[in-house]
Amino acid sequence: MTDMTIASTPAAPIATDRPRRPHEERAAWGLVAPAATLIVVILALPLIVVVALSLTDYQLGAKLWRFVGLANYADLAKDPVFWRSIANTALYAVAVVAGSTGLGLAVALMLQGTGALAPLWRTIFFLPVMASLVAMAIVWEFMLHPTFGLVNAVLGLVGVAPMNWLQNGATALPALAVIGVWQQFGFAMVLFLAGLSGIPTALYDAAEMDGAPSAWARFRLVTWPLLAPVTLFVVVISTIRSFQVFDTVHALTRGGPNKATEVLLYTMYAEGFEFFRTGRAAAIAVVFVAAMLVLTLTKVLVVEKRIPAR
Amino acid sequence: MARIEIDGITKTFGRTPVLRGIDLDVGSGEFLSLVGPSGCGKSTLLRIIAGLTREDRGAIRLAGAGVDHLPARDRDLAMVFQNYALYPHLTVAENIAVPLVMRRLTPAQRLPLVGRRLSGSRAAHAAIAADVARVAETLGIAALANRRPGELSGGQRQRVALGRAMVRRPKAFLMDEPLSNLDAKLRVEMRAEIAALHRRLETTFVYVTHDQAEAMTMSDRIAVMMDGSILQVGTPDEVYADPDDLRVAEFVGSPKINVIAADGPLAVALGLDVARVPDPMGLRLAFRAEAATLVDPTGAALAGPVVHLENFGGDLMVHLAIAAATALVVLRRDPHDPRPRIGETWGLSIRPDRLLAFDAAGQRLRSIVGRAA
Amino acid sequence: MTRLVLSSRRITVGAVVRNATLLALAVVTLAPFVWMVSTSLKAPDEILTTDLHLWPHRFAADENYSRAFAAVPLGRYLLNGVIVTATILALQLIIAVPAAFALAKSEFRGRRLLFGAVLFGLLVPYHAIAVPLFVGLHALGLLDTYAALVTPFSISVFGIFLMRQFFQSLPDDLVDAARMDGMSELAIVWRVMVPAAGPAISAFAIFSAVAHWNDYFWPLIAVSSDTLFTPPLGVVAFRNDDAGTNYGVLMAAATVIVTPLVAAFLLAQRRFVEGIAFTGVK
Repeated sequence: MTDMTIASTPAAPIATDRPRRPHEERAAWGLVAPAATLIVVILALPLIVVVALSLTDYQLGAKLWRFVGLANYADLAKDPVFWRSIANTALYAVAVVAGSTGLGLAVALMLQGTGALAPLWRTIFFLPVMASLVAMAIVWEFMLHPTFGLVNAVLGLVGVAPMNWLQNGATALPALAVIGVWQQFGFAMVLFLAGLSGIPTALYDAAEMDGAPSAWARFRLVTWPLLAPVTLFVVVISTIRSFQVFDTVHALTRGGPNKATEVLLYTMYAEGFEFFRTGRAAAIAVVFVAAMLVLTLTKVLVVEKRIPAR
Repeated sequence: MARIEIDGITKTFGRTPVLRGIDLDVGSGEFLSLVGPSGCGKSTLLRIIAGLTREDRGAIRLAGAGVDHLPARDRDLAMVFQNYALYPHLTVAENIAVPLVMRRLTPAQRLPLVGRRLSGSRAAHAAIAADVARVAETLGIAALANRRPGELSGGQRQRVALGRAMVRRPKAFLMDEPLSNLDAKLRVEMRAEIAALHRRLETTFVYVTHDQAEAMTMSDRIAVMMDGSILQVGTPDEVYADPDDLRVAEFVGSPKINVIAADGPLAVALGLDVARVPDPMGLRLAFRAEAATLVDPTGAALAGPVVHLENFGGDLMVHLAIAAATALVVLRRDPHDPRPRIGETWGLSIRPDRLLAFDAAGQRLRSIVGRAA
Repeated sequence: MTRLVLSSRRITVGAVVRNATLLALAVVTLAPFVWMVSTSLKAPDEILTTDLHLWPHRFAADENYSRAFAAVPLGRYLLNGVIVTATILALQLIIAVPAAFALAKSEFRGRRLLFGAVLFGLLVPYHAIAVPLFVGLHALGLLDTYAALVTPFSISVFGIFLMRQFFQSLPDDLVDAARMDGMSELAIVWRVMVPAAGPAISAFAIFSAVAHWNDYFWPLIAVSSDTLFTPPLGVVAFRNDDAGTNYGVLMAAATVIVTPLVAAFLLAQRRFVEGIAFTGVK
């Protein structure tokens, strides 16, 4: 009896769901095939192509072109317009991020304790986020009109001389930044509202019992530290969006006057789709992607690491 | 260390009355528990004492002085919260230091990096650190000083919360169900620790809980609250053995007190002076599980079959179905005595001095219990 | 000794200041909208004046709006906007949802690679690859078509990511039970997962609709015939053609462009805000 059992056991495999796996795998591949293909064709391939293009002197429709190595990048490095573009973009980003984050936070804080009216305020401040930026930019352009614009009329009431906001080199970028803040602060506000609602009210009671002498002390002890992850998130998202500024520049100033509002994406657009210097545009695109990668990786690494354990 | 006088405190939230004219005096250095079911208003009362919630009517006095106009931070009280409310971004040491930092340092000295360098600041910071270390040592959490609350267990967080309350030596400690988030075993340990802490600090403790066992084991006096009113204030013995209200009798003690409806003949049979009862209808009698013994059912005023037995090892709880009682009557018996069996009918004999009488409204009738027949 | 204490409805200085500030901010926030509508109701003589007033003396809404729909082919632009946005959303859902399900609930070789690609895709904004996409479409002769407007966005890695996160939170048992019942994987996606994913899908739909209705950069590059203009392009084209004298019509056009999303937002505010916050906070 024992010999027979020993002889009969080794070959029989243990029944698992292994037979099911190949079927499931094939089905899964079927489900992801369209997405995977499109990711390759629409995301990965173009990414590779843009890097490749940046190493050529290709112009759209040209028959003759060749690889020029890093010549495009060298050109850009020597180009004052390119550096102006980067500087403008950075300045714009700083202004809009500071403005929209600060304003968003301030409004979110002010909405605490407004009770039943809070949804109304929230709707009002969120409206600019929803509205088409280009359409509203054109409205702003009209409002900033030197002669018939609302802004100059209102400022005139308090004795400020009328200015040609968008045509004046000193005020053009700030004006765009104001539009940018107007458009974005509602988004920051919503994120901060969500963050504030996550702070346990017992902590404020504890702060009160511990003797926190003022609203400012409570803010520093409880609100600000517990909002830190949200704040960081808002700043990074805001920075990313600000770096992508294009609509208002193209619609209102075309990078002028005298490159005062020349920004990175606009420069890329002009090179690629007005002058059709594709190779150069690709180089700018690569610089742009690099900057974006740095920012987004910052968000992923720094924000995620810094969340305090609850 | 202070006396707390609570006078006529009334509070309504919207249309719901939560506190209906509470009068209570907490003696200096006393451990008083506010105990009652969820929603009875005990936490609201505690918050009003603390100053976190404003009463609609009434007054609070601490050490003889009225404090109603003072915000919470100026009342010199400390509170331990149910979920500890520790600042998650601060270390244990920093958490405990917060009350001292808020009170002893000027705003300039409190600034993050610069504050310490200011003149006089170094000494103040050092004094605070010393106080924090002392408290941490007392509570046995000195080794955790640099950890954050997220890294601690429930019991450890509890101690940090206690430390934060203790470090300032307030006039009184207010505790809002501090043990309810701990597991059963830890709760028993912490009960003893908190009681020991009270003895050591000799400060007034006002302790809110829904667990009558906690209130019974830790307090000098208990205030039983229901539906926004205080039903009775007394020592644990008084509240247990001499309740004023049937609701108090039913809330305190485990297992729950036995209640039987006593009609005329039954009442007489149990030795009651029925003549003294103003309205014999709705008379109810209550007795504790340990106040009754099993006797021969023949001729017993109360008798019935055994329905269930609970063997706790050191105690045997016998559940009987008695006609006069709506719920099963529970009786404590020594497990070494002969054990009744399920289905057997037994009679009950109740010690007359342990028989509690209540009228239809649940109010205690003290004068009608006569001598044993 | 009782003291009647006024309940918490005391009006404090702080509350007054706060409400005043909020009001001032609200005025500034709404000013462009109000001014846009107000101007769209005025005739040119009331617009090109330094005497500013909110309510028109003479109602010119008729002229402005009818001109907007006629001379500016506004109706056409709106239609394009609807076609493009709806097509993009439909494609995105059809492609992303099954992939998200597979990533969340199936084992297959290459799963990690694919998810890595999705994460990487989240880092790259589409502007960066606009140039090669343009060149590619040019080579295929597809520029200046609806296909050009729609194709680059048919794959939404954000959608895949969002839906995967959501699907992961649904219990595996649900899927296993469906498999045991003999449902094919595709059937499980559409019959089991999608009905359960209401909030996530609506959040994504809102995000996508808003983004693509308002998109300016890509349509600017991809099309040049005004029959294909999306609303943002349309408005800018009209401003370029006819600026200076016809602000009333221009503002009317802007109002029409902005109204659909704003109206939808006002009707379903909570959904919108939750959706944007949901997708924002990830």
